[in-house]
Amino acid sequence: MTSTTAAAPAPVAKPAGRATGRPARGVRRKWTEHGLVFIAPFFLVYAMFLIWPLISGLGMSLTSENITGTGGEFVGLDNYAEAVRDPDVWSSLWNTVWFTVLSTVPLVVVGLVLALLAHQLQVVQWLWRLSWFAPFLLPSGVVCLLFLNMILPSDFGLADQMLAAVGLTPEIGWLTDERYAMLSIVATTVWWTVGFNFLLYLAALQAIPAHLYEAAELDGAGAWNRLLHITLPMLRRTTGLVVVLQILASLKIFDQVYIMTGGGPDESTRPILQYVYQQGFTGYRIGYASAVSYIFFALILTVSLVQPLLSRRRAEEAAK
Amino acid sequence: MSGSATVTTRPAPRTERPADAGGRRPRWTRGRIVLLVVALLLTAAWLLPLAWAVATSLKPEGDTTRTPLSWIGSRVTFDAYSKVWESGDLMIWLMNSAYISVMTTLLTVVTCAMAAYGFTRTDFRGRRLLYGLVLAGIMVPPQVLIAPLFREMVQLGLVDTYWGVILPQVAVPAMVFILVKFFEGVPRELEEAAFVDGAGRWRVFWTIVIPLSRPVLAAVAIFTFISTWNNFLWPFLVTTDPGGMTLPVGLVNVQSTFGVRYAQIMASLVIAGTPLLIVFAFFQRQIVQGIAHTGLAGQ
Repeated sequence: MTSTTAAAPAPVAKPAGRATGRPARGVRRKWTEHGLVFIAPFFLVYAMFLIWPLISGLGMSLTSENITGTGGEFVGLDNYAEAVRDPDVWSSLWNTVWFTVLSTVPLVVVGLVLALLAHQLQVVQWLWRLSWFAPFLLPSGVVCLLFLNMILPSDFGLADQMLAAVGLTPEIGWLTDERYAMLSIVATTVWWTVGFNFLLYLAALQAIPAHLYEAAELDGAGAWNRLLHITLPMLRRTTGLVVVLQILASLKIFDQVYIMTGGGPDESTRPILQYVYQQGFTGYRIGYASAVSYIFFALILTVSLVQPLLSRRRAEEAAK
Repeated sequence: MSGSATVTTRPAPRTERPADAGGRRPRWTRGRIVLLVVALLLTAAWLLPLAWAVATSLKPEGDTTRTPLSWIGSRVTFDAYSKVWESGDLMIWLMNSAYISVMTTLLTVVTCAMAAYGFTRTDFRGRRLLYGLVLAGIMVPPQVLIAPLFREMVQLGLVDTYWGVILPQVAVPAMVFILVKFFEGVPRELEEAAFVDGAGRWRVFWTIVIPLSRPVLAAVAIFTFISTWNNFLWPFLVTTDPGGMTLPVGLVNVQSTFGVRYAQIMASLVIAGTPLLIVFAFFQRQIVQGIAHTGLAGQ
């Protein structure tokens, strides 16, 4: 976990004058005192609302428990065995992964392009930030109800009206046609959250040392060459992180689908979290829902563990 | 996840303008003008849906679904706003959201700062184990816990209460990690001097450490506030009584009862979306830096 923290600001060394002299004994004792008191409030909440549910959820996944916490009996791995055979688990897992694939690429690429534009132009920064980042500050409910009611409906929705203005009348049910529902959800998501990646890229761009560009300019490198040979290579680390974070965020999709399509048409957009919700909260099979949650958790853990391994290997290769 | 957090520890860039500008703005070459046009088109694409929501909310109810495209109805009216406002629920949800977000932010900042200080500046048996547990928790998405967490809330009698919404959002291990990284970079001399002068642990923490860490605490606070204000899944699960709902949950819940009164729906969305946008207008720089600072570890 901590092997990758090299980027942390180095702990500031003690001033030379005091480096040799140890602090007075009383002071040294002070440094070790009262630790638990400081940690207790956080840890109490942490233990109650993260550690305990994590453990009790695992326990529940081995029972036939319902939502009221009664009538559950131990069923071993039955829930997991059922989940593996449940076609709805597989289809909603597939929908989740498909959404992740479809959304990650544009969210990263568009975020990068927007950041490059804003960085390159250097004027009216407030306008770029306002228009591209502000949607991120809207609750999912606001964004999804806006797109559901006024952007995506056929005919009078803004999307169809804009297309009609240039002479196109596609007559597509953006959210009701199986071929387009997922794409519409992806487009809504890109509009809503790309500003986050935009900001991360913008910060990374601003951290690239200026002397690299100055040296390149002296060598006569044009704008295109500077982008290809300085900017993009300098953004590689950031891109790796942004991609992994985006995958993790996309895998957790729930709000957009629940609000805009309810998982339809014909369950073609239902993500795994919605299936957990349906099983646990409307179907009252909370033991089974926990088992499906843990399958989902395994997927998330795999993604978050693969990334540090990959970057470590890359670092090792670079060191050779 | 651990790798992701490394970026956060890089100090956020201070300067607004990229350093390579060297204080002067580049000239308007043809290339830059093309870029500007592209950027403006993209800006329009991002702003149009927002403008459409506002435009629709100002139309009389009968004009909202008219084609062909028209941005202004037969007249400009605030009818939709007064209808939505009079219904009263929106006001209650706004207050609920504000209370829940402020309390969550306060508790998160205080408990996480205390814990991070405890992990970096004290020693006790089991410290490493506890910190290991916190780091491991960064990889647990709260969404995975909804079923057991809900049952726990039933058992504690916290369903449909503010605390039921607040408490599970308070203990965010990623925030402890960010603060630990920050405290590790803060020199100990000031605190040592205060100890020598006889100050106690608490006074040192509140009068020296907290004021020193204001920027990073602000970043944590901003990030927590935004994510709590916008959180949907957990408040949606744990509130069933409309009177206790947060704004996003209430809106989605009531959407069906609006029927096809699109002007009213849009008016309620505008009211719901505006508070954070106003906050953003005032604290743009802090929010941008806060996101850049905490964002990579916070998700």
